[in-house]
Amino acid sequence: VSLHKPEIKLESLKEDIKDFLKTSGWEKKLQNAVYSELNVFPSPSHPAAPPEHMKEPLAYMRKAQGSWEKRILKSLNSMCTELSIPLAQKRPVSEQKELLNKWNEMGTDEPDLSLFRPVYAPKDFLEVLMNLRNPNYDNGEQPSFRTHLGLIQVPLKVKDIPELKEDFSELGLTTGQLGIDDSAQVPPELFENEHVRVGQKVLAEQDSAAAQQYVRQGCPTALRADLWALILNISNQPEDILYYEQLKSNVIQHDLLVDSLIYKDVKLTASNDDYYFVFEDYLYQVLLCFSRDTSVLEHFAYSSATPPKSYIRGKLGMEEYAVFYPPNGVIPFHGFSMYVAPLCFLYHEPPKLYQIFREMYVRFFFRLHSISSHPSGIVSLCLLFETLLQTHLPQLFYHLREIGAQPLRISFKWMVRAFSGYLATDQLLLLWDRILGYNSLEILAVLAAAVFAFRAVNLMEVTSLAAAEAVLADLSTLKVMPLLQIFLFATVT
Amino acid sequence: MSGAAGPGRSPLLCTPRPAVALQLSGGAEAARPGVAVIDLRFPRGAPADVQEIVFRNFYTAFLSVRVQRPGPSGSCRWVTCLKDHCLMPCPHTEEGSQDYFSLHRHQMLCDMDQVMAVRFILRQPSPVWLHFTIEEVQIFPPGQKSPQKDFPSWLSQLTPPEQPASLHEELPDPEKVSTEVQQMWVLTEVIRARQTAARIGRFDVDGCYDINLLSYT
Repeated sequence: VSLHKPEIKLESLKEDIKDFLKTSGWEKKLQNAVYSELNVFPSPSHPAAPPEHMKEPLAYMRKAQGSWEKRILKSLNSMCTELSIPLAQKRPVSEQKELLNKWNEMGTDEPDLSLFRPVYAPKDFLEVLMNLRNPNYDNGEQPSFRTHLGLIQVPLKVKDIPELKEDFSELGLTTGQLGIDDSAQVPPELFENEHVRVGQKVLAEQDSAAAQQYVRQGCPTALRADLWALILNISNQPEDILYYEQLKSNVIQHDLLVDSLIYKDVKLTASNDDYYFVFEDYLYQVLLCFSRDTSVLEHFAYSSATPPKSYIRGKLGMEEYAVFYPPNGVIPFHGFSMYVAPLCFLYHEPPKLYQIFREMYVRFFFRLHSISSHPSGIVSLCLLFETLLQTHLPQLFYHLREIGAQPLRISFKWMVRAFSGYLATDQLLLLWDRILGYNSLEILAVLAAAVFAFRAVNLMEVTSLAAAEAVLADLSTLKVMPLLQIFLFATVT
Repeated sequence: MSGAAGPGRSPLLCTPRPAVALQLSGGAEAARPGVAVIDLRFPRGAPADVQEIVFRNFYTAFLSVRVQRPGPSGSCRWVTCLKDHCLMPCPHTEEGSQDYFSLHRHQMLCDMDQVMAVRFILRQPSPVWLHFTIEEVQIFPPGQKSPQKDFPSWLSQLTPPEQPASLHEELPDPEKVSTEVQQMWVLTEVIRARQTAARIGRFDVDGCYDINLLSYT
């Protein structure tokens, strides 16, 4: 349909444009784009509220995040000074050529990374969260109804099981699920075939909102890549591929210290994982480009974090030479590459894999390593986990506390990594289906509690933190959907 | 219209007294009663009309507002205009504890004209908080519009469902057609004027990105 036709009349131009938008699919694209914005950005705040209020409404949380960031900066600076390596420098031309040639097989490189250490690990972050206090909260010297029994001592509002049942109603016993109702014993005519058919229809309609509703019951493997791209509003535009190529050229031109941190992280985590080591090269291609991507800076408007700042060498204090470091403002920590690894099963073209990861990061993953009061922030998830466990398995909680094995010490690393590297990949992808479907990370806390509930009998018999860790060391055989369903809908409360 | 103080919108001058907690007379120790009162008077007794009250909460759970107005036969009396407005849905937890709130004229139980004083009655039934109050109280009189947004007013009007133009009758009204075309032209001009620089993604300064250390400030 083109508007150049002579029969298009001026009088009906408005209607013709509307029809054109519909038939060409642009109306749908606009709807999807608006839906995407509504999902990502918080609702408009009060006009009197300053920008920092949108990042994080509670003053003491903003302060805590600021102190944590300062610690990270100091750690990075001291690493630079010790190793006498600048944070960033231009790569010599010969090195640029070499890197370009090796771009698809950076994993074969074996640089000496022994002197580099991760800037922080999840357990360091947990220590900070444990010490988080609201100065206006009466903690009292004696343990009382005010003190929380777990490690988190801030009084955030978290949901209880009746509220979770309502929010996650599609996971109920009477609704079909992939991960349960597609098992070998269940005839596919009962649920699976119809679900696949509906999924294909959703993809044909290209409707983001419908896709988001659909994946709450799980994605068929063949449709998952397209459904996730539809929900995240990622399309295959030529300019996106060009953008990725530009990021790649930025990687070639400038050498960053965080590159070594990324190399080290990939070598320590994903390369050692049975499921993910094959994707090692992809991980470098995504993460190195991610560090150069200034569009990621936009998410700091609604994140409690602030990007680190620096000045061009020799221009300290001159605002025209102020830059963010790294360009995307995100300093990777130990385990960061595990956010990317599972996506490699779905996407095999680096530009598309890159876009999906970036969108997942600025929607979800950034909340797992910053201090905020958001319901999907890691602090709320920790408190939700502890509260669920205390309320529904009080004996287990008490026992573990008594033996010095606070449950959060074990489950924290699962939640920070969104269970990547702990679950079998097919189970992890079923879990991430629900993260996308419900646009919330709360399901991570529910699953963590459900895992403890599942292994409660063994855990009641242990007498030390190490033994408790051993009981929960291997989650690779767990089936997540039955665990979630039983915990939410079939546990006597 | 609600919004912060800005060009064309200034809060009324008033002097709030600090929050006073209610105490039972004859009590041995100063208890934490969970009720506090903030009084606000307009200067020189000049009464004002109130359009909107904006404030920042600090751990107050429920808010009641009373205003002192001229009553019948010239006397002054206190009237409740807002009763137990909930600021924190769950008083033991953080939700709403440090948020910004607006109270509008149309939400009030009584008329908000000729107000001489405003009294905020703050309640926080939960014992877990050490202090509670409201801060940055601003009172706005009516008749101030927030600054004109920079797009034409017709864009913000909801368009009524249109009948498709019937082309079987005689030629449509040229005035109507030209207005519609003009509207569309203005829209494209606005979009063109608003075009921010496309994301080029430059992070370096003139091709240079040599950095030694991070800055702490």
